[in-house]
Amino acid sequence: MGAAVAFEGVVALLDRFPALAGVDLSVQDGEMVCLRGPNGAGKSTLLRACAGLVPVRGERAEVLGFDLRAQRRSVRPHVGLLGHRSPLYGDLRVDDQLRHCADVHRAGAPEVAAAIERFALGGRLGEVAIRRLSEGQQRRVALACLTIARPRLWLLDEPHAGLDTSSRDALDELLADAVTAGATVMFATHETGRSGIAAARHVMLSGGRVEPAAPVPQTTGPTDVA
Amino acid sequence: MWREIWLVCRKDLIIEWRARVTLIQIVPTVLLVLVVFAFALDANPSLLGAGAGGLFWVAVLFGAVLGAKRSFDIEAEGGNLDGLRLGGLVPAAILWGKAAALALQMVLVGVFAAAGLLVLYSVTVHDWLLIVVAGLCGMAAFAICGTLYGAMTVGLRSADTLLPLLLIPVAAPVLLAGTRAFDVALGTSADQGWSWTALLAVVLVTYIAVGWAAAGPLLEDA
Repeated sequence: MGAAVAFEGVVALLDRFPALAGVDLSVQDGEMVCLRGPNGAGKSTLLRACAGLVPVRGERAEVLGFDLRAQRRSVRPHVGLLGHRSPLYGDLRVDDQLRHCADVHRAGAPEVAAAIERFALGGRLGEVAIRRLSEGQQRRVALACLTIARPRLWLLDEPHAGLDTSSRDALDELLADAVTAGATVMFATHETGRSGIAAARHVMLSGGRVEPAAPVPQTTGPTDVA
Repeated sequence: MWREIWLVCRKDLIIEWRARVTLIQIVPTVLLVLVVFAFALDANPSLLGAGAGGLFWVAVLFGAVLGAKRSFDIEAEGGNLDGLRLGGLVPAAILWGKAAALALQMVLVGVFAAAGLLVLYSVTVHDWLLIVVAGLCGMAAFAICGTLYGAMTVGLRSADTLLPLLLIPVAAPVLLAGTRAFDVALGTSADQGWSWTALLAVVLVTYIAVGWAAAGPLLEDA
């Protein structure tokens, strides 16, 4: 089993500010990693760096075998990133958006049908403009697009935010299935108490670095903090 | 590459078909500019007829600024540009796909503006072929130029004001050559209309060359 992510001393500057200030991190293929840390710790930047969207420097910066210092663009088709905001076109209908995702990622009708079924986006919902959907419904469409893309590395920033309980369960199940299928999952969250999160290896970030000890948060109850 | 260009162009056209921003907002704005010019020139038929070519291109240039802004607003929303990049689309395909969609929308704007010219200013066309060829070259040039500067300003806080500030001076050669060609086609000038149209084509080719060179750096850093 190889390393999906191999970072040694990785630095990323955002407007001269070192959002990543020497990150050392190794994530194995098929592993699920939960990034934790306070606001501004560098979680979102780390995910974007792994997606090849942020220029990085350092001793070693490899994702899925691609050197991000020289092949940032090459890694992109192999990763799927869902950030804070759902990357959707508000004026498109749900079915337009899913077809666009399928065409971009060269996916077929079976993949689209499976995603529609998994996230309950069929029927009349397919004909609704994305702008008219609730935040949670938009998140489900974004997750369906991610499923259609079939990435080798899943990168999710606060993926549970805005979802209702059943959709959160579906998301946990989706991530578990992705790992079972051999994909690697990294997600950043402030939530505690979900089984999907408990199953992951926890990595703590602070000040743009990975903390040596990553305490696993204790489950305090059934509530989830969005 | 062609497939990727088509994907981006089709997506933008579907968005336009669903939202109809060009038809409902940009076209009326362009027609309104023509009406306002008529008011400003005291509805003087001879004055309006003499300046019809220039007024057409000024109005369409305003439309191009709005179209280019809209074209990249939809990409900035929700980080959609990242979605295209993560789909493995090369920057040139994104740029040309968006430029092609904007060019088609600009042709629509141009058709309505030309109709407005005929109705509001009571002009007579002496050379339809010259109007069509010069118009198509000009619309394509505006679209490419607008797409380039749209990509340059996407995501910037000052994009609303920066885009026209950058785009209008660079589009000036199109404005000048287009006006001269239209003046000939409308019979208000005895100049060499096809020479001005050739100049429009040269400007268009120059914008295309700049687009090829700039697509990577522009959309990589956007």
